[in-house]
Order: sequence, then structure tokens, then C-alpha cells
Amino acid sequence: MAAAASRRVLPGFGLTLGYTVGYLSLIVLIPLSAALIKTFSLSWEHFWQIVTAPRVVASYKLSFGTSLLAAAINSVFGLMLAWSLVRYSFPGKRIIDALVDLPFALPTAVAGIALTAIYAGNGWIGQFTEPLGLKIAFTPIGILIALVFIGLPFVVRTVQPVLQDLEAEYEEAAASLGANRWQTFTRVVFPLLLPALLTGFALAFARAVGEYGSVIFIAGNLPMISEITPLIIITKLEQYDYVGATAVATVMLFVSFALLLVINGLQAWTSRRMGRAR
Amino acid sequence: MSIAVKNIEKSFGSFRALDNVSLEFPTGKLVALLGPSGCGKTTLLRIIAGLEFADGGQVMLDGENASDRNVRERQVGFVFQHYALFRHMTVFENVAFGLRVRKRRDRRPEADIRKRVNELLELVQLAWLRDHVPAQLSGGQRQRIALARALAVDPRVLLLDEPFGALDAKVRKELRRWLRKLHEDLHISSIFVTHDQEEAMEVADEIVVMNQGRVEQIGKPADVYDRPATPFVYGFLGAANVFEGQVEGSDLRVGEDLLPLGGKEAPDGATFKAFSRPHEIEIEPDSRDSLGVKARINRILNVGGMARVELSGTQGRNGSTATHLYEVELPREQLGTMSLEEGQIVRLHAPRLALFPSAPPGTVQ
Repeated sequence: MAAAASRRVLPGFGLTLGYTVGYLSLIVLIPLSAALIKTFSLSWEHFWQIVTAPRVVASYKLSFGTSLLAAAINSVFGLMLAWSLVRYSFPGKRIIDALVDLPFALPTAVAGIALTAIYAGNGWIGQFTEPLGLKIAFTPIGILIALVFIGLPFVVRTVQPVLQDLEAEYEEAAASLGANRWQTFTRVVFPLLLPALLTGFALAFARAVGEYGSVIFIAGNLPMISEITPLIIITKLEQYDYVGATAVATVMLFVSFALLLVINGLQAWTSRRMGRAR
Repeated sequence: MSIAVKNIEKSFGSFRALDNVSLEFPTGKLVALLGPSGCGKTTLLRIIAGLEFADGGQVMLDGENASDRNVRERQVGFVFQHYALFRHMTVFENVAFGLRVRKRRDRRPEADIRKRVNELLELVQLAWLRDHVPAQLSGGQRQRIALARALAVDPRVLLLDEPFGALDAKVRKELRRWLRKLHEDLHISSIFVTHDQEEAMEVADEIVVMNQGRVEQIGKPADVYDRPATPFVYGFLGAANVFEGQVEGSDLRVGEDLLPLGGKEAPDGATFKAFSRPHEIEIEPDSRDSLGVKARINRILNVGGMARVELSGTQGRNGSTATHLYEVELPREQLGTMSLEEGQIVRLHAPRLALFPSAPPGTVQ
């Protein structure tokens, strides 16, 4: 290994690996294992009792459910947005391109307050939807909207460069072989975009699961209905129930990790299937 | 199928890609569109395919005006320079693509599709790669698969855009012969675009030489090579030596030297550009009163089947200070008997000259 490494043009395998491991430990692994270790001070029964409390279970369902749904919505509309930004030129394109990044930069609390103001019963949009029986703010729908908002840039920014590199030749080849527009998109373009789309989905999902700031304003935080898991953790912390907080955090950690692993596996599979080394 | 284009015009912004191009392509023949990059050959091919639309003029397929028809409806097979194979599909699925996307009522049963795809893979001699993905194939194999894929839809015409452009020299040569043979078996009307005159000569039944959006000459490879219609064609089809000057009797006055025209008739006093291939030039020793263009030997390359001598004119061309370079090819045995040396002054004779009228020296062309 050392001999092979020394023959590389750019040396430094040992250094980079050491740095990678050290850095990841410091930034990611040590804080996370602290959470785990804290959890181990609980007996199994107690741990189980905390993490399966009905209010906590309802929050898992809400957090993971809305996050997956938000990531899915972002995948569809993010793809459309990336498509129009890459394929067409229209006035104000650069401004729209810059707007996409805004959810990254905006403090999430600001986003949450702004969304709440708009979708509340007396807000710009809420005043029209509420008479129709559609309550948005202070319901899971509000949470969904907040999560869609903060997750949008991920899909656009992962799909955009891939779409840019996708030569029109593929579409032309498909058309010359007699494929109609729908077939060209579903059989040729979409499969080529899928790995990037899955990456964007995973990122948007991960961000949504961990989101706190923007959601708590618009959610209303009703136990069993619109209370997200991060809020449960904060609530426990505020009640000095550190062990309980870390127990819930641990569950969240594992579920997130498992879901991300599945998505990444899927992504790796699709990109391997089309032979990345072109 | 017969293909014809009439008065095709196409501009990209202020750039005129095609300028009133009219052509008829013979049925069942392999025709090369030959020209330097930017001459409009690829644009013309894409207009015939329906991937691009002309600003004016008509594309006739089988005598029918197909100008407004979409690429989907034209039933042409198109082969791209960079193959454009679908990289998420196996070789088999790539070839089957055109058969699978047909409308349900036109679609053949699965067993038929399999049979047809296997036949095509046999035809391009790559049946053993059926379950591979394009990334696992070499460039030459990819291009053969791309061809099989284009043939799957039973195209009425096959269009190839620089099909060997991305391949290395050896594979290129192999594929050229293979394409020629395939064409002889299938006899499907084909047009291929290339900037490589050797490739066009070797593969095509007929060559269309293009330059700056216009057709310069059409003809069989030998005709185009032996009887170039314009100075551009002469220069593009092979190495050329150019002598420019005014006719004086039976000679051409090149600077201070006189070059015999070798029996060619030309009006006295007219300005001509005379072209000659390197192997058509003779080198003779310099003596005071002899005819021929004076030149100094820069370099003698005695390698390969023919020896090559590089020379430079002893005087500026048309009064300019830039020296004119010449190239002569002769059999190696002949070189041995001539005892030429680098630095020596010699006279060049050209028994076979191709004359093209040119503007008198000094005017801007």
C-alpha cells in the first residue's frame, strides 16, 4: 500500500486518511457518541419506556413522515426548477438562480415566522384557504411547507450540474429512434438524472429531519398532532431531563442513519448500473 | 431512398452556416460530406435528419417535402460522433430501444424484438457484448453498437456525423473498411460527414466537398482528387505546392523565375495560381539560364516509401518578405542518384500543373 501510494503523482494518503478520521471524530463521532454514552446510563426498560411513549412515537411519525414527503415534493419541483434554469433562458434567470439559495442563508427562525405570517388564518394566503376548510399554519401541512422551503436548494443544486453536462445528443438519439417526448424523458433523461436526484433527495430529507427553527413557529406544537421530534428533545432538555433527551436523540440518530444508508445505497446502485467511469 | 436538398439556407446569428445549398444524393450510395470544421457539413446533415431546421429551402425525402417533419417521423438512422449510447442500458437494450418505443399497435412482439436485436448484434459482430453496459466497451465497439441501434428501426437513410472522429488511428482504419463492407451488404442510402479527406476517399462512392457553407465540388473520389474544380478543393484534398504569377508565352513568371506550363494553354498576361502535388514536382540542378523556380533545400527526409524534400523559395512571394515553402516527394532510389544536399539551391519543375485564375498580385482577395 505504502509503495503504491508513493508512486502516485500527489502523495499524502497517510496524512489525508489520518486527517479525515481525526476530523470526523472531532466534529461528528465524539459528540454523537457522547449522546450514546449518556443513553447507556438508562436501563433498557426505562429507555424503551421513554422512546415509545405515545407522544414521542407520534412525533417520530410526524418528523419522518413530513420529511420524506417534503423531500419527495422537492425532488419533483426541484427537478423542474433545475430543468428550466439549465435548459431555457428567460429574463431574470440569474435572479431566480440566486433566489434558490436563499433558504440556505436565511436564519430558519426568520423563515418560520415569515411562513407563519403568510399562512396563518389572517395571513396573505391563509385568509383564502381557511374559509375553504384548509388550515395550514399550526397543522402538519404547515410543517410540510416549512420543510419544503428549507430543502429546496439541495435538489436544485445537485441536479443542476448533472443536467448541464447532459448533452442534447442523448435526447436527439432517442428522438431519431422514434421515441416521443414522454418516452425520451422517462426512458433516457430521467434515468440519467436519477443518481443526482437521489442525492438531492437524501440531502433534503436529512436537512428536514433535523430542522427545528423554522418548524416550531408554524407547527403550533400540539402534542400528538404537530409536535416534531427535535422539539420533544428540546422540551426534555428544558425540563432538565438530559437522559430522556439523549434517548430520543439516539433513536432519531439511528433511524436517520438507516434511511440515509438506504438512499445512498440506492444512489450507488443506480450510478454503478450506468457505469460512472464513462 | 432518394434524398435531395434544395436551396438550403441556415444562419446562426450573423454566421452563415449554409448558403443556398442544393444537392441530390444518389440512392443506395455512400456519400461523404467533406470539408474543414465550420464549413456547414454537420449542420447540413442535421438538417437532413430533422435535428435542425433550415431558415429556407427544402429537404426532399423520396420526392416528398419533409422540411417540416420532425426527426421522429423522418425515419432516419443517425450515428453521433460521441456515440450517444444510453449509458444506463445494456448493449442489448440500447439496440432494442427503437423497437420498444414504437406505438403499441406497431410494436412487434417481444420474441421478434429479441430476434431482430440479436441479428443486428451479429451483423456488427458484437453479440458477445449483449449484456455489457456502454462504459465497459471500447470506442470502436461503442460506435458499432451505435450503428446497430440506428439500423434497428429500418431507417430509410443512414446519417453518420464524423463517425470515426473520436477514435484512434488504427481503430479508425479498421472501422472504415468495416463500414464500407457493411454498406456493400446493406446498400442503404448513407451520408457521412468527415473532415478527413483520406477517410472520404477510402469509404465513399461519392464526395461532396464543402467550404464556408457552400458546395465546392461533387464527384467520385478519383475525379475530385485528379480534377479539383477550385483551388480550395485542390488544397484540401492533399498537400499542394502553389506557384503564383503571370503567364508569359508558354511559361508562368513566378517572381524572377519562369516556370514552364507543360503545354497548358493560358492567355498571355493573365494572373494564375498553379498547383502541383509534391510527387509531381521534379528537382533539377541550378544553372544560370535554366527554367524552373529557384528554391533552397531546407531538409531532406529519407524515411518511408518516398523521400521528402522540403524547400523554401529564394524570393519573397508577390513582393512580400515571407518565403514560400515547397514540398517534393520522390522515390528513395532516385534521391540516391541525385546527390542533393541541405542548403543547396535547385530549380523546381512541375510538368503537371493545375491552373486557376487568380486576382493579379497586390489586390486583396
